[in-house]
Amino acid sequence: MFTLIKDSLLTQVRTLWLVFKKLFTKADTVEYPDVQPYMFPRWRGRIILSRDPDGEERCVACNLCAVVCPVDCIALQKAEKDDGRWYPEFFRINFSRCVMCGFCEEACPTNAIQLTPDFEMAEYVRQDMVWEKENLLINGTGKYHDYNFYRVSGMQIDGKDKGEALNEAAPVDVRSLLP
Amino acid sequence: MMLLFYLAAAIAVISTAAVIVQTNIVHALIYLILSLLAVAVIFYVLGAPFAALLEAIVYAGAIMVLFLFVIMMLNLGQHTRDEERSWMTMQVWIAPSIMAAILLAQLVNVLSQYDQELTPVRVGVLEVSALLFGPYVLAVELASILLLAGLVSAYHLAKK
Amino acid sequence: MFTLQVGSIFTIILVLAVVIVVAAMLIWVERRLLSFWQERLGPNRVGWFGLLQVVADMVKIFNKEDWIPRFADRFSFVLAPAIIMTVVLLSFAVIPFAPNIGVVDSNVGVLFVLAMASLGAYSVMLGGLSSDNKYALLGSLRCAAQMVSYEVFMGISLLGVVALSGSFNLRVIVEAQADGWYVIPQFVGFVIFLIAGIAESHRLPFDLPEAEGEIAAGYHAEYGGIKFGMFFVAEYVGLVLVSSLITVLFFGGWLGPAFLPPIVWFSAKAFTFIAFFILLRAAIPRPRYDQLMNFGWLFLLPVSLVNLLVTGAIILSTQ
Repeated sequence: MFTLIKDSLLTQVRTLWLVFKKLFTKADTVEYPDVQPYMFPRWRGRIILSRDPDGEERCVACNLCAVVCPVDCIALQKAEKDDGRWYPEFFRINFSRCVMCGFCEEACPTNAIQLTPDFEMAEYVRQDMVWEKENLLINGTGKYHDYNFYRVSGMQIDGKDKGEALNEAAPVDVRSLLP
Repeated sequence: MMLLFYLAAAIAVISTAAVIVQTNIVHALIYLILSLLAVAVIFYVLGAPFAALLEAIVYAGAIMVLFLFVIMMLNLGQHTRDEERSWMTMQVWIAPSIMAAILLAQLVNVLSQYDQELTPVRVGVLEVSALLFGPYVLAVELASILLLAGLVSAYHLAKK
Repeated sequence: MFTLQVGSIFTIILVLAVVIVVAAMLIWVERRLLSFWQERLGPNRVGWFGLLQVVADMVKIFNKEDWIPRFADRFSFVLAPAIIMTVVLLSFAVIPFAPNIGVVDSNVGVLFVLAMASLGAYSVMLGGLSSDNKYALLGSLRCAAQMVSYEVFMGISLLGVVALSGSFNLRVIVEAQADGWYVIPQFVGFVIFLIAGIAESHRLPFDLPEAEGEIAAGYHAEYGGIKFGMFFVAEYVGLVLVSSLITVLFFGGWLGPAFLPPIVWFSAKAFTFIAFFILLRAAIPRPRYDQLMNFGWLFLLPVSLVNLLVTGAIILSTQ
């Protein structure tokens, strides 16, 4: 009888007391719209397209992001400028499908597509969730400030021939027998 | 008070009739509960609040709940309703109606000879208890033995 | 016209209005208290401290489609929420709030409350049965067994108080506690009444008829809109009722030191028990169904019977 009372009744009373004490502890809630939570720099939020330090678009329309995207939310069309640079004619991300996985950022060879700590993207109209290039493109370099694809890659454009990029050796003359 | 009595009596009679003709058994039970509550109101009007509330607690509140409990487990559907409807033929009604009419005639006869004025006497809890544990204590004990036997047998059946 | 006395029209309307408003506000109180006990904040955005949350909820519930499933038995389906609302509100007729506030001064008040509580079982049973849904049916089966069983202990645990005061009149019971609350001589009865009262109003932890985790809201699984709202508010009215009953029967009702008016004492005591019920909801997990039944019949019934016997013996020996 005593153990019954101790095990069934007193433990319940103890539970009640422990829960009651919580009345005087501070709540864990962050009151979000009034108090903004700290967002970590590597948070995977809204996707942007960045520019290189010269102010040109970084995206070279290689389509790797569109291929790697697990939900196929990225669509783009390659076009070419007169100077030989590639750029996307349109670049469209359907954020109502995007799952913010960040694969596109990892796949991007030019650091053009980047995920930012912004997450407040609610819309009333579903169509407004489809963002075009003018919405995505920002006027800065994003997370990588010094990187410029055309300055380090061997791609030939106007004003920069093969072998003139940074850290790039002159192209090998395959017709010569010299080493 | 007289108006209340006749109102409750009318409800009791109508709902009891509805219990008989209703084919949906759940609706029939609701009418039966209504009838019992109307009878409880009649008890109250006649000056027996204790009996009225016991009627509501025991009959309407406990026994009818068990009726409903059993009906829940029986899975009665449209087919039982159709069966009930098929039983409601004229020849089924004849014999009970004749017998009920005879009883009604007797009742009217008895009541018409009873010319004393009916004055409600208030029978409270104390009066009922004094009667139960005074002159009728044997009946109370017999009823409790019966209930104890019922309890023990129910326990035995549940144990099996 | 506007005088507070037992049975005047003004008092009746006042009691009805205050009870319904308090019960509705309890939705907010419960959500706030529960969240404090769970280290959250709870609804605090609509109005001051979220007080208007109830209004917002009510507007939402009233605007919802008043839907009756086509497979349901319409008559019982519509009747069920009306029964529970009527029954719990009728029970307040005999509650003595203060010496001059109350609806009737009945000589059989305790029995009236018990009768209304037993009729309340129909609402849940009819609601579950008429929904024609297996979860609703399971919920109402559980509820029928639970309510019929716990009514017994509720009634027996009250009888100690009735024997001590010598009356079924709740006002007489309150006045008989002037020199000592009945919670001291009737502590066992109080505990049993508390447990049975929770089971009777099927609140957590004894909310097996509507256990969300097991049977998906149970007997009101098919209800929506205003009919669900009636079930919902009736549960809170029942909570107020049980708390008021405990206050009246065991804690001296309106009695208290004279520096505050009686109604304030009554409200304070009743609210303490409401908060206690909410604390129970926050702290205690739901028992299994057979545990609930075993606890009732094998523990509460013998204990309440012994309590009644001992009370009777003491009364007889001290007379």
